[in-house]
Amino acid sequence: MNKKQINNILIWFSAIVLIILIMTPGLWVVLTAFRPQVDVMAKPAVWIPRNLNLIQFETMLFGGSEGSMGRSPIPVLSYLRNSLIISFTSTFIAVLVGTIGGYGFARHNFKHKNKYFLLIMLTRTIPGISLSLPIFIIFSKIGLIDTHIGIILVFVALNIPFTVWLTDGFFRQIPRAMSEVAMTDGCTKLQAFWHIELPLSRSGIASAGIFAFLISWNEYALVSNLARSTDSKTLTVGLMDFTAQFTINWPGMCALAVFIIIPALILTFMVQKHLVTGLTFGGVKG
Amino acid sequence: MAKVSLQGVSKFYGKVQAVKKIDLEIIDKEFLVLVGPSGCGKSSSLRMIAGLEEIDEGIIKIGDKEMNNLEPRERNVSMVFQNYALYPHMTVEENLGFSLKIAGLAKKEIEQRVNEAAGILDITEFLQRKPSQLSGGQRQRVAMGRAIVRRPDVFLFDEPLSNLDAKLRNQMRTEIKRLHQKVSTTIVYVTHDQVEAMTLADRIVIMKDGIIEQIGTPLDLFERPATKFVATFIGSPSMNMIKASIVKQNNELSMKTNDGVIVPVPKDKQKSVIEGQNISFGFRAEDIVPLKFGQKPSSAWEMQSSVNLAEPLGTETLIFTNFGEIEIVSRMFTPEQVKSNDNLNFALNLDRTYLFDENSGLAI
Ligand SMILES: Nc1ncnc2c1ncn2[C@@H]1O[C@H](COP(=O)(O)OP(=O)(O)O)[C@@H](O)[C@H]1O
Ligand SMILES: [Mg+2]
Repeated sequence: MNKKQINNILIWFSAIVLIILIMTPGLWVVLTAFRPQVDVMAKPAVWIPRNLNLIQFETMLFGGSEGSMGRSPIPVLSYLRNSLIISFTSTFIAVLVGTIGGYGFARHNFKHKNKYFLLIMLTRTIPGISLSLPIFIIFSKIGLIDTHIGIILVFVALNIPFTVWLTDGFFRQIPRAMSEVAMTDGCTKLQAFWHIELPLSRSGIASAGIFAFLISWNEYALVSNLARSTDSKTLTVGLMDFTAQFTINWPGMCALAVFIIIPALILTFMVQKHLVTGLTFGGVKG
Repeated sequence: MAKVSLQGVSKFYGKVQAVKKIDLEIIDKEFLVLVGPSGCGKSSSLRMIAGLEEIDEGIIKIGDKEMNNLEPRERNVSMVFQNYALYPHMTVEENLGFSLKIAGLAKKEIEQRVNEAAGILDITEFLQRKPSQLSGGQRQRVAMGRAIVRRPDVFLFDEPLSNLDAKLRNQMRTEIKRLHQKVSTTIVYVTHDQVEAMTLADRIVIMKDGIIEQIGTPLDLFERPATKFVATFIGSPSMNMIKASIVKQNNELSMKTNDGVIVPVPKDKQKSVIEGQNISFGFRAEDIVPLKFGQKPSSAWEMQSSVNLAEPLGTETLIFTNFGEIEIVSRMFTPEQVKSNDNLNFALNLDRTYLFDENSGLAI
């Protein structure tokens, strides 16, 4: 065996260990969702699943009574509706505003441009959770607690800096000459943006969109403070419905977790192509 | 049908004035080349004509219409950039047809005009390819094709050949010239390469530090440089240029170099200089020839000097030698072997020696 082969084996081995480390908790969640509570709680742990079932999902979605530990089913469809409305709306607004911002930073010169850019990025150095109290106080004064709009606002603010940063980078990669040619070719500035710069930064915008969506979809800490009822509680916050004073319905909670992961996975796969081309765009030269 | 005129045009970037009140009349169907060293304001001037930069001072007209407040799209000019700037997400065909599509032309008309342009530039076989699947020269052609489909009043080229290798550059140079003959439209062409300027231009505009040094035909500039800068910029190898002051000797004015070499002031210039004036005198390599290998000029000044280096180029040999302490270059047309350290007699043709005032840089 030569040095190169040994190297390869080492790289593979480390990669596998790393993947196992990353995947195990996720797999355990998935597995737990399909197992009865007794198995989950068993000591010593039951590693190999014995009987798998869909009871938790049935209970969650259809409120079936069998084996649901006697607890009333949670309003998962309301939570799903809230999650969808909040995530899609906030992502749409953040990407729209952030892209316009990124374009502005990339293509226009104005006074103190770098300072503004830094300022926007600095807002993200504040830990989100430390904002929850001030946001709560402000929102309670203006009546935004437990509303879609309130939570959407928070996510928009949270996601704009990242979107600005990412799209700014993409717009910068497009040679200025391209929109200039388009403008001598008869385009207005807006047409040049629409026909040339926007399609060329599609990957960047899609990447920004998926990140913004995942952050909104998965956020827990802030929403758990701002959402009080089925009016605005999201799926992630709904996870806590499975805790009672002395017990936690682990399989139920995990079933909901799986339910949360699936749309995120589907969406990620759908834009995966863009994420990859997004990283290799630099290779395209007029 | 379009002449272009610039009247007292300036461009400022913050406090820096990149273009300084230039006046320029470009004749209809003329091939005008703006040439000058990097940073002299060529691109800024071109971009003001295109409408891509604000005109900070002065007026630019195309035809009889003032352009100052018109958007690029309203000026009916086409621009070709150094990096081509083809739209990477469109095929060659879509690239060519884009401006027509924006203008709202019918599909059939677009197709016909795209095919016509593709035919002129010989890119018909690439119409379905993306720019990334083309070579540098092919991309260059597409960029030019995209410019001609619109049938603009003026073509603007900004260093379109500087990304190509030497061989391709020569080839494309010829094609641009041919293209101009075919479409016979006004062309303003920017380059830093004086050879490109000399070979392409009907008239050349030489710029330096935001001002125009001289405007003229290639031959004008070569034969009658208005300034010391133009004299050294045009021609290859560069004109030999030596600093001197005017002294009186035997009732005749002469030029004394800093090393003490004394050369008589050419007869026709005797009255144009005064004693004590600081000047530079310049002469081209072909106007100082090794004596026994060339014809002795009628009005010659002779010197002896040893060869530092000889560069045989086939039909001619460049000889590097010293004039006082300063190295100059001489061009020898006879294919004769010359070695380093050979001692040769050189004759300087005084009739083709140029004098420039050292303070103003202007030709005397
Ligand atoms: N966008 C700009 N901002 C600031 N300075 C610029 C800008 N564009 C050009 N300049 C300056 O203006 C001068 C002329 O530039 P340019 O017209 O590009 O020259 P050229 O094309 O002859 O090389 C240079 O000194 C350059 O640094
Ligand atoms: Mg330039």
